[in-house]
Amino acid sequence: MSSWHAAQVVRTEPLAASARVLTLAVPGFAGALAGQHVDVRLTAPDGYQAVRSYSLARVGRDEVVELAVDEVRGGEVSPYLVHEARPGDRMEVRGPLGGYFVWRPHDGGAVQLVAGGSGIVPLAAMARARAAAPTSDAPFRLLAAVRTPADAFFAKELDSTEGLTTTWLYSREAPPASTRPPGRLTLDDVTAHAFAPDVGARVYVCGPTGFVEAAAALLVDAGHDAARIRTERFGGV
Amino acid sequence: MDPAPLDGNSLAGPLAGLFATDVTLVTGRCAHCGDVSVLAACVVYRHPMGAVARCRACTAVLLVVVEHPAGTRVGMPGLAWWQGPAGSTRTGAVGD
Amino acid sequence: MAVFTRGFGGRRPDSERPVPPGQYLTDDFPVLSIGPTPNVDTSTWQLTIRTEEGAEHRWDWAALQALPAEDVTVDIHCVTRWSKQDTHWRGVPVDAFFADVETAAEYVVAHSFGGYTTNLPLDDLLDGRAWVVTEYEGEPLEPLHGGPVRLLVPHLYLWKSAKWLRALTLHLDDEPGFWEQNGYHLYGDPWSEQRYG
Repeated sequence: MSSWHAAQVVRTEPLAASARVLTLAVPGFAGALAGQHVDVRLTAPDGYQAVRSYSLARVGRDEVVELAVDEVRGGEVSPYLVHEARPGDRMEVRGPLGGYFVWRPHDGGAVQLVAGGSGIVPLAAMARARAAAPTSDAPFRLLAAVRTPADAFFAKELDSTEGLTTTWLYSREAPPASTRPPGRLTLDDVTAHAFAPDVGARVYVCGPTGFVEAAAALLVDAGHDAARIRTERFGGV
Repeated sequence: MDPAPLDGNSLAGPLAGLFATDVTLVTGRCAHCGDVSVLAACVVYRHPMGAVARCRACTAVLLVVVEHPAGTRVGMPGLAWWQGPAGSTRTGAVGD
Repeated sequence: MAVFTRGFGGRRPDSERPVPPGQYLTDDFPVLSIGPTPNVDTSTWQLTIRTEEGAEHRWDWAALQALPAEDVTVDIHCVTRWSKQDTHWRGVPVDAFFADVETAAEYVVAHSFGGYTTNLPLDDLLDGRAWVVTEYEGEPLEPLHGGPVRLLVPHLYLWKSAKWLRALTLHLDDEPGFWEQNGYHLYGDPWSEQRYG
């Protein structure tokens, strides 16, 4: 798991205005768990290199890496992956990585997912792993905070994933039918839509640093045990 | 805009070449303020010269990981100790 | 065998002048950080020079403004492989701060607000080769780039140009700074590609 694997883009699909899904063929890549990430290394023709971490959007197939990349304006790697990369392009991948922010089908028990923006990617991998595991009857809930409906990754799929209840919360612009005015995640959102603390759910929070800190604090305020809350922050460009 | 830090989860890649187990699951004690946390939960600035892990409570530098061409180097200026996850002890207690 | 990524990094400017080996030109000014950006107020800012004997010399913001500043145009080279040509700064040559400092020391450690350190030979800070700068491209130096006051030592890799400068301490021996303790070169000459120690 420690070495770099040669990877080749096999498919790209639009995901949102500034995001897309990249599927890479990676010989030797195996055994990924939901929630894990990979490091991606790009090497320019003149030798310049850049490394960034991306969460896996889906696990379960060896030698295949599926990423969902959101463009960071002014960034160096994400604009390339979102706008420029095409099937046949080559890069390197190290992983699967990280044993902390993961969900395993035999973990059992209720799971509360809390996503800010593209932080939904590793949480979608967990929901997909749950749906793909015939033995798991763990109830899943997802609280997903996004700017606008157009920024909701995998919305159709996550609204109809077996065993998962998804609530979308909009910070800038809500759909016309929405009764909740657009705004940041609040304690009321958490108490209304997340599992109650006495359920004892494992909680996974992923998003930008500010969102993760605010959401984790609200969960603790709502009565969740801080020791059961796992977090992953991102901020790479 | 200030480049946002990541967290200790992102150290799994840089440290993968050095340790047989996933070091982000190790628990450490900050030598400066005494906060005890799993490495995955610390605050990480992924500077291209090396990843700098800081205490989530007091921001003291716990760990610096440089992917040096001669081998990955880990500086530990601010860890009082670190402890493996449950099950990482190879045999029974001392004196067995 | 190297794996190259088609179409990545293809928009770099060409150079009419040589750049140090292994460096690539950029028009950007990447912000690289190892911690939170310190909030340094010019009303309380001080620069301290402490000799190996413990003698201290101090300048506050007003004293810094009273020293003769000059405009500087230099190329800068970051060990992370980007170089940037013809950058414009305004600052005071480090020589001005050492005019009344008595020392037998040959080495300096630059200290930043936030705890960063880097080591340099004293000679490399003198003879008009290094500056204490407060402006970049005609504007007050932004906090992200080390403002209000940073060191500028353009003939060495940029990690030697400590941001958020607060002190220079003098030492008889070369004492490795933050990156130098963690495997980077003690001197850091980009033209000799002294990246790692």
